[in-house]
Amino acid sequence: MKAVCWQGTNKVTVETVPDPKLINPRDAIVKITSTAICGSDLHLYNGFNPTMKQGDILGHEFMGEIVELGSAFKNGNIHDKGKALAVGDRVVVPFTISCGGCFFCNRDLWSLCDNSNPNAWMVEKVMGHSPSGLFGYSHLTGGYAGGQAEYARVPFADVGLFKIPSDLTDEQVLFLTDIFPTGYMAAENCNIQPGDTVAIWGCGPVGQFAIRSAFLLGAERVIAIDRVPERLQMAKEGGAEILNFEEIEVGEALKEMTGGRGPDSAMDAVGMEAHGMGLEGFYDKAMQAVRMETDRPNVLRQAIVACRKGGTVSVPGVYTGFVDKMPMGAFMNKGLTMKTGQTHVHRYLQPLTERIQKGEIDPSFLVTHTLPIEQAPHGYEIFKHKKESCIKIVLKP
Amino acid sequence: MEIISSNSDEQQPASIGETERWGSLITGGAMVLMGLRDRSLRGALVALAGGGLAYHGAKGEKCLQDKVAEAANLSQSIRVEKSVTIANKSPEELYRFWRSFENLPTFMKHLKSVTVIDEKRSHWVATAPLDASIEWDAEIINDQENQLISWASVAGADVDNSGFVRFKSAPQGRGTEVKVVIEYNPPGGAVTAAVAKLFGEEPEQQVGDDLRYFKMLMETGEIATTEGQSSGRK
Repeated sequence: MKAVCWQGTNKVTVETVPDPKLINPRDAIVKITSTAICGSDLHLYNGFNPTMKQGDILGHEFMGEIVELGSAFKNGNIHDKGKALAVGDRVVVPFTISCGGCFFCNRDLWSLCDNSNPNAWMVEKVMGHSPSGLFGYSHLTGGYAGGQAEYARVPFADVGLFKIPSDLTDEQVLFLTDIFPTGYMAAENCNIQPGDTVAIWGCGPVGQFAIRSAFLLGAERVIAIDRVPERLQMAKEGGAEILNFEEIEVGEALKEMTGGRGPDSAMDAVGMEAHGMGLEGFYDKAMQAVRMETDRPNVLRQAIVACRKGGTVSVPGVYTGFVDKMPMGAFMNKGLTMKTGQTHVHRYLQPLTERIQKGEIDPSFLVTHTLPIEQAPHGYEIFKHKKESCIKIVLKP
Repeated sequence: MEIISSNSDEQQPASIGETERWGSLITGGAMVLMGLRDRSLRGALVALAGGGLAYHGAKGEKCLQDKVAEAANLSQSIRVEKSVTIANKSPEELYRFWRSFENLPTFMKHLKSVTVIDEKRSHWVATAPLDASIEWDAEIINDQENQLISWASVAGADVDNSGFVRFKSAPQGRGTEVKVVIEYNPPGGAVTAAVAKLFGEEPEQQVGDDLRYFKMLMETGEIATTEGQSSGRK
């Protein structure tokens, strides 16, 4: 089959690799019909993850059709909660791999699954404990082959695969695999109360879904912050007021826009590769370059300082290591709450599918480019450099 | 029951207080190795089993062989302590699976086989590099149904070892806590190499992996892996 393989920093290629096969009893093989490039794939592309290996198959936002089911499906030794998966079913695949049987899965904390990361020991050395395995996202999170390919092996398929109603298109449901639930959970993590204003840094795909989710969850106003004109435009179309951080001092602007109070919630939908401004931005780039700091937390710092007293900071942006110069004094003295985590995708599949079916949101608004999988290397380039007004690329195997 | 040890030249009867202390160390909530410090695990296990402190190390005294090894800066023993919590399984279920020693190679990947000889004794074969294997007979020191199994290798083991596995209910439906403590007592000088061969660079990681695989098998019915998957590696 064809698959998008990581070859090194800033290099992906489309290779012919062996078709995946069933390995464990609860596995399924899915023939992929649509697969997307995620902003977090760019962290890998940019070479920020030291546990990538040449030849790793990328991709964690994919959907398709079940073509094979493992032996557990025949003997009924599964946790499928009556889904009755069968060959031929059209399904989406959550990017988090979850067993369905551990403490965390039982408490709806799917991305914290205890049993799906075969390389948990690596993470434990750094983080104390490991989150779940993830598709196509480095050996730190399991080294699972990803879904930018014609086929993928899906472990714990009985728990993960989610059947899609036939009246919805691929583009409407593909983002249920990651970014729609990620944006939605980030908005939930904002603890939105009636009358609240939510400030969202980052108008990439997650930010776009977070804007719309914040309104679905009752936010009065959303203020979106970015510097890329077409992303700000898309945020505006989603109902947000917009700020270009290259044109205006964001902290001051947020204060003025909220009667001096500051936004009730502040969301960092950017993560560890934030583009800082001025001296601070230079400091972080330098620290990261000499590996004194793994992550650049400019946005997180701003969000903490901008957030109103007693407010909530929500962090869907990806961090992997250490950050420097955290305004802990502001965080403590303003009595803030921070909520974060990899997305518990499984929790949101049913409710968000229902919202799509009811027409409350149509996720296909996000797609700016649809490319054949052979053009994935070009896709990574235009996405990384935000060329051709690229916001979201869907690949067709 | 007799525990044969190369260091069993100084046998002491146990005081009741000592036995209670070892007992609470092994069945309680504290970190076992911290409590043992430089005393031997085997001695503590024997004391707990009520067999008296039939082992010098439990009294904290060192025999000549230990002193020589120490002077030569050879590490006398490798000790590992690891715990996991397994959801939705009772101590009874986990004990039963573990007590059928033939099951152990399904999640202890370095084991080739475990053969039960009789109620007390079993024969263990583990893989070593270059198609070699390492073998030993182990004897159960203490078998408390649904709670604890402790063992020690008997004379003639390629690597002298002792240890225990303990199953304990976690609070409020959090499943069962499983703790494994193992001590490898290399027989003198050539040891470190032999142990490293058998247990890899990091015995701690190996025991940790084994316990993780046990948890995966019990909670999900399989052991998560990517071995055999596709890649574009050249």
